[in-house]
Amino acid sequence: MYPPKFDYYRANSIDEAFALMGQLGDAKLLAGGHSLIPALKLRLAAPSALIDIGRIGELKGISRNGSTATIGALTTHATVAAASDLPAALTEAAGWIGDPQVRNRGTVGGNIAHADPASDLPTVLTALGATMNMRGLNGARSVSADDFFIDLFMTALGEDEILTSVDVPVDGAGTAYAKLFNPASRYAIVGVAAKVSVSGGQCTSARVALGGLTPSAVRAPSVEAALVGKALTADNIAAAAAQVGGDLDDVMGDIHASEEYRRAMAPIYVQRAVSKAAERAG
Amino acid sequence: MQSITLTVNGKSYTRDVEPRMLLVDFIRNALGLTGTNIACDTSQCGACTIHMDGMAVKSCTVLAVQADGADITTIEGLATNGHLHPMQQAFWDQHGLQCGYCTPGMIMAAAKLVENNPGITEAEIRHGLEGNLCRCTGYQNIVKAVAQAAAAGS
Ligand SMILES: Cc1cc2nc3c(=O)[nH]c(=O)nc-3n(C[C@H](O)[C@H](O)[C@H](O)COP(=O)(O)OP(=O)(O)OC[C@H]3O[C@@H](n4cnc5c(N)ncnc54)[C@H](O)[C@@H]3O)c2cc1C
Ligand code: FES
Ligand code: FES
Repeated sequence: MYPPKFDYYRANSIDEAFALMGQLGDAKLLAGGHSLIPALKLRLAAPSALIDIGRIGELKGISRNGSTATIGALTTHATVAAASDLPAALTEAAGWIGDPQVRNRGTVGGNIAHADPASDLPTVLTALGATMNMRGLNGARSVSADDFFIDLFMTALGEDEILTSVDVPVDGAGTAYAKLFNPASRYAIVGVAAKVSVSGGQCTSARVALGGLTPSAVRAPSVEAALVGKALTADNIAAAAAQVGGDLDDVMGDIHASEEYRRAMAPIYVQRAVSKAAERAG
Repeated sequence: MQSITLTVNGKSYTRDVEPRMLLVDFIRNALGLTGTNIACDTSQCGACTIHMDGMAVKSCTVLAVQADGADITTIEGLATNGHLHPMQQAFWDQHGLQCGYCTPGMIMAAAKLVENNPGITEAEIRHGLEGNLCRCTGYQNIVKAVAQAAAAGS
């Protein structure tokens, strides 16, 4: 399969990328290419030009400042999966993306800019309370994950903006990701990420996010409210997980899984994610 | 047309390519190295797996222009001085193939998987080969072959 014709430009710095974006009309950024190239081959996208940002060094790597880890947009899933000081939910989710070859090319920035509803990182970054950092011609801005994922393949990122990095709080809370895999692609049919803190035997804060179910990753406020103030026993977690239906308006059904099946699986994966996060919260 | 220069199996090549040319088509059609196969062409099966700058990647999901400056190894470049790579030898010894269509990609992915991991477990082998599909063997002999090569320190 051949992609449609396009012109190709390589940007060696963020400034060069902006210069090219200003100059070219209907261009698309190319990072790892593991969502964009398949889409081009299927002719789901046909930009007149690609701006390859894949080699911009300043967008790669993970750094740490106090209790915040900053992950450059071009950091690959393989690098995140192998990192030792990121929240467990993030490293395990990154290690379950696709397969090793996909993880060697796919990037964190591309994954969240693309915002496929079956992706893993939007769900995890929402539960972790991450912040997306982006730059446009008019300067830089940051948006919380809660406000970043808007709808199917739609984010707060503007047409003329580049996602530069993601800030992830590393604060000692217990975190975990539980995923029902699509057996062929390994994308999430249901993905649930949880972050819980425990003090004096009780849950003091909980963030739970759902993916694969709805057009974009969402929080599960009913589940979160049912966890806070309780001891994280198996029964209490199961009771909280049973509330998840109240957090799901618009559940998708497709050839991979029906709406009914996804709804039935949701509480099970909530329970798994929260239980594992609770164990890790110690 | 865009000029690219890259190293494939130790030899440097400079060619003009259309930006939309996939790396796998460049390897097969421009360089005539047809050991790398195309099967699904949708990034799922791993038949097109090669090593690019030391990492296993699916060459049907990389543009040739993205590989400008890269160091690439294909299945043809794995044997040294007429000696099969330990992973190739292990697929031979364990009969890790039937039709052979998935085999080049399987061997390229497996060679990276066991690098520096002689004690890799069966579960890790199966998880690590999730990006490579085989329609013939049922995987049993592939897993045995990969374990043999890992133990041989490939
Ligand atoms: C076989 C297969 C299995 C997969 N399985 C999974 C899975 O299980 N879970 C999962 O989450 N994902 C999965 N993926 C998707 C994979 O994670 C992709 O790599 C990722 O979604 C896109 O990242 P990329 O770097 O390849 O982006 P690209 O494909 O290069 O770009 C994707 C989109 O994002 C835009 N973009 C990229 N970077 C930026 C940036 N810095 N700023 C602004 N816009 C940007 C591009 O313009 C493009 O529109 C799979 C992919 C394949 C091929
Ligand atoms: S041909 Fe490349 S993954 Fe199947
Ligand atoms: S041996 Fe035939 S596909 Fe694997």
